[in-house]
Amino acid sequence: MAEIVIKNGFVIDPARKINGDVMDIAIRDDKIVEKVGSGAKEIDARGKVVMTGGVDIHAHVAGPKVNVGRLMRPEDKLFKSPNAQAPYRVESGFSIPSTFKTGYDYARMGYAFVMEAAMPPLHSPHVHEEIHDTPIIDQGALPVFANNWFVLEYLKNREIENTAAYTAWLLMATKGYGVKLVNPGGTAAWAWGLNCLTLNDPVPYFDITPAEIISGLIETNEYLGLPHSIHIHQNSLGTPGNYEITLDSFRLAEGVKANNRFSRDSVMHSTHVQFHSYGGDSWRNFESKAKEVMDYINGQKNITVDLGCVTLDETTTMTADGPFEHHLNQLNHLKWANTDVELETAAGVVPYVYDKDIKVCGIQWAIGLELGLYAKDPMRTFITTDHPNAGPFIRYPRIIKWLMSKKAREETLESMKYTDKVIDATDIHSLDTERTLYEIAQMTRAGPAKALGLSHIFGSLAPGMEANVVVYDLNFNDMPDDPEQIERAFLRSSNFIKSGDIVVKDGDIVSHGNKRTFWVNAKVKENPQVIRDIHEKFLKEYTVGLGNYTVWDCLAPNPYVIDIDVEA
Amino acid sequence: MPKWITQVGCPYCGSSCDDLEVLVSDDGRKVLETRNACVIGNEIFHHASSPNRPTRPRMRQEDGTVKEITYDEAIDYTAKALLKAKKPLIYGFGSTNCEGMSAVGRVAEKAGAVLDNCASICHGPSFLAIFDNGYPSCTLGEVKNRADVVLFWGCNPMHAHPRHTSRYSIFPRGFFTTKGNMQRTIICVDPRETDTAKLADIHLMIDQGHDYELFDAFRTVLRGHDIPDVVAGIKKEQILEAAGKMKNGRFVMIFYGMGCCHTDGRNHNVDIAISTTRDLNSHTKASIMAMRGHYNIAGPGQVWSWQFGFPYCVDLSRGTHAHMNPGETSSIDLAMRDEVDCFVNVGTDAGAHFPIEAVRHLKKHPFITVDPNICMASEISDLHIPVRVVGVEEPGVVYRMDNVPIQFKKVIDGPDGVPSDEELFDKVYERMCELTETEPIWILNRGHAHGSSTAEQ
Ligand code: SF4
Ligand SMILES: [Zn+2]
Repeated sequence: MAEIVIKNGFVIDPARKINGDVMDIAIRDDKIVEKVGSGAKEIDARGKVVMTGGVDIHAHVAGPKVNVGRLMRPEDKLFKSPNAQAPYRVESGFSIPSTFKTGYDYARMGYAFVMEAAMPPLHSPHVHEEIHDTPIIDQGALPVFANNWFVLEYLKNREIENTAAYTAWLLMATKGYGVKLVNPGGTAAWAWGLNCLTLNDPVPYFDITPAEIISGLIETNEYLGLPHSIHIHQNSLGTPGNYEITLDSFRLAEGVKANNRFSRDSVMHSTHVQFHSYGGDSWRNFESKAKEVMDYINGQKNITVDLGCVTLDETTTMTADGPFEHHLNQLNHLKWANTDVELETAAGVVPYVYDKDIKVCGIQWAIGLELGLYAKDPMRTFITTDHPNAGPFIRYPRIIKWLMSKKAREETLESMKYTDKVIDATDIHSLDTERTLYEIAQMTRAGPAKALGLSHIFGSLAPGMEANVVVYDLNFNDMPDDPEQIERAFLRSSNFIKSGDIVVKDGDIVSHGNKRTFWVNAKVKENPQVIRDIHEKFLKEYTVGLGNYTVWDCLAPNPYVIDIDVEA
Repeated sequence: MPKWITQVGCPYCGSSCDDLEVLVSDDGRKVLETRNACVIGNEIFHHASSPNRPTRPRMRQEDGTVKEITYDEAIDYTAKALLKAKKPLIYGFGSTNCEGMSAVGRVAEKAGAVLDNCASICHGPSFLAIFDNGYPSCTLGEVKNRADVVLFWGCNPMHAHPRHTSRYSIFPRGFFTTKGNMQRTIICVDPRETDTAKLADIHLMIDQGHDYELFDAFRTVLRGHDIPDVVAGIKKEQILEAAGKMKNGRFVMIFYGMGCCHTDGRNHNVDIAISTTRDLNSHTKASIMAMRGHYNIAGPGQVWSWQFGFPYCVDLSRGTHAHMNPGETSSIDLAMRDEVDCFVNVGTDAGAHFPIEAVRHLKKHPFITVDPNICMASEISDLHIPVRVVGVEEPGVVYRMDNVPIQFKKVIDGPDGVPSDEELFDKVYERMCELTETEPIWILNRGHAHGSSTAEQ
């Protein structure tokens, strides 16, 4: 029995409405407890902030497209990899770090859980191999559904039960966590080199619209009662004027009630809204529609969002939105990787430089932060960079700094070549809001944990919760004048205890802990038609045998399975 | 009763067929028969059951003879040789699973070794081109279900990947290709009249070494410009015809092999092949794919990319970070410059594939082969350590030529006491830790699982 007590820190735990109270946090084995004995190991957190481990709801950290990015970009390593921290593993890469560096950097920042945002089902063994090789952090992965032939065919005929049976099967087969939608219908169209740019563009051959796919999958998700809502990357990402399509897709969730036993209230998680809040009709008159988008979200309680903030770095874009990556490549003419995946999805990868001296990039940077500042409910608005699309995850502390400090925002704005134009096209200059540590904890912990249906494990320091405790070197009563210190503190925690193991001390890794893979096992009534369809498609169209498709248990050797009994 | 095992993966060529059926003996120790495999695939299953296979490590003696030693002795020798060397090279991995490659990654880091795979002598130029130009590709099922124009450039799947054309590229009937080969236009670019060329609707018998010019001509035509009457030995009309077919195809697929990436121009040929694919995407849908040779030679490119950020030529000798610079950190170049002072050949035959000059340099220092079978490398080694045959006696994840991971099962038990690559290299790692008095670093704390799960077991 291992006991630890973190003493005298300023505890910030929004789930229990605790805001900076000086308290002790006690740990026994892998759980938080009320009290421990006098023999417990003591960690002194006096004068420092104590939070629960971070929860990242959306990052591309494992799987085929991440790895294509690593493979095709040796320049992402050159002079950009830190020296290994003996005796631990070598760390490589900046925007697309190696699996080892991914685990270490998240741990250094005090993150306990990270959701891989897009898993092509056919490649799920690859995703799990990478998750297996990512130390310390707990992970799950969201298989992509919105361009999958089974789903398109069932939903075309409005067969929700069949869609649900297939969804449950695919979650089991891929050890997946929830239902991801990427450019619904558009990626299927991309297999013929086409796209669906509005919600009513019919998908070639399948004769169904993106709107029908979205509504059908919302219904399916709630029919199954999954822990997480649908998780959607909307159509027409990254194009001027797309905010109207964004609002149109939000409206599809109106009136739908969440059905689950995981205290999740949302029925739609809209990811990286920054990329979907664009006004204007060309890059010339491109402008922010952050206010319009956030106004709607503020009033619509069953939607959660993450920001997808642009961090002004050289990075690597990668998404299952194949046609978008092709489009982006036509703009920047850098190298382009694409992988179309039979019957299921596609993916593209293109390097990208968000240069602060380019007007469009400056505006994108502002939009992400505006969204974070306009949000009325930090429990439904989460900090992400759509890693690595808008910037690498190691910039979360920088985003926190910008959200917490107008001074920091102004400094960055001032340093741009087109400051005035960015000010004209956005509200960033006039927004005085500064987020508090309490709100930051909501946006990085309590909120995402709840949206993922994991608030019984993550997102709080209440007794009974997983023993994920992080100490940041920030004085709650005397916050630094220099915003850089905020970034520094969040980048390298003083201590991080993950599931009861001390994994970080003074910003350095001290243990590999014991990572887990989360997946959802939804048991539905046996559905002979769906079983027959699965057998048929594997026989005729797939090039991999059905018997070799289901991810082996040994690829996720430390699983945390959430069972759902849909029949009951 | 002997029993049939179905959906078995074939551990031979890059087609990585996973639809084999294998009849195994009662005691689960012998392969009796196979179905669906091609000739070479069939051979590999029977080879595993050969009574002549070595089942103990064999150490070369001073007098040149070999003597059987225990696995513990072999592990100790390997660990010490790796630790003693300044720049060990661990090379190969054409024929093993990703679990083995991952275990070797840990050993290489500990040893400060250079890690390299067979791409170094085959599809290395493809990697160089991908670094510059990307890789617009797809899975083989897309080819089967959609492709109506298929180009084979400098490759001869009828010999090198026998079932490729029937499972994926020419003959299969897919969802949008219900008429199979009737619906596909096959174009073959090859200076020889290969068996694949004989199947083609259009065979462009290119002058050897002029690949770049022909690609260039295609790009020029696709962009609406004129070309000379003859390019690379091919008449203008033929080039126009082939370009027209591609432009008007609904889904164009370009497969290329060593005939493209190892003739004059090398990575530049692949680079312009990728550019041609990019250009074609302005007209229609097009994809490109390297015809990777072995069933899991795409594997090390994947595993080491996620572990170290590089697919091959991974130099870990600095101890602090991984470094890749083909030409500097590539196996042949290191060996030719005589920089390697310990060589471990894993799941391939460097003895047969490397230039003799390179082998001579490598032979000055400890030379170890890890492979199930006797090969040229094993016969010149100081130590040969036999392991189980992946896909026959050992399961594991492999990456097909299109980078699709396939979970290969095992069909029979391996010989008693013979470890898998993974087990062997984990033991080498543990021995290295003992010798250096350090704690082994595993990803999961073994035997300390404390997350619970409700459904598992
Ligand atoms: S084509 Fe290749 S993978 Fe398929 S059976 Fe023949 S050797 Fe094996
Ligand atoms: Zn994303």
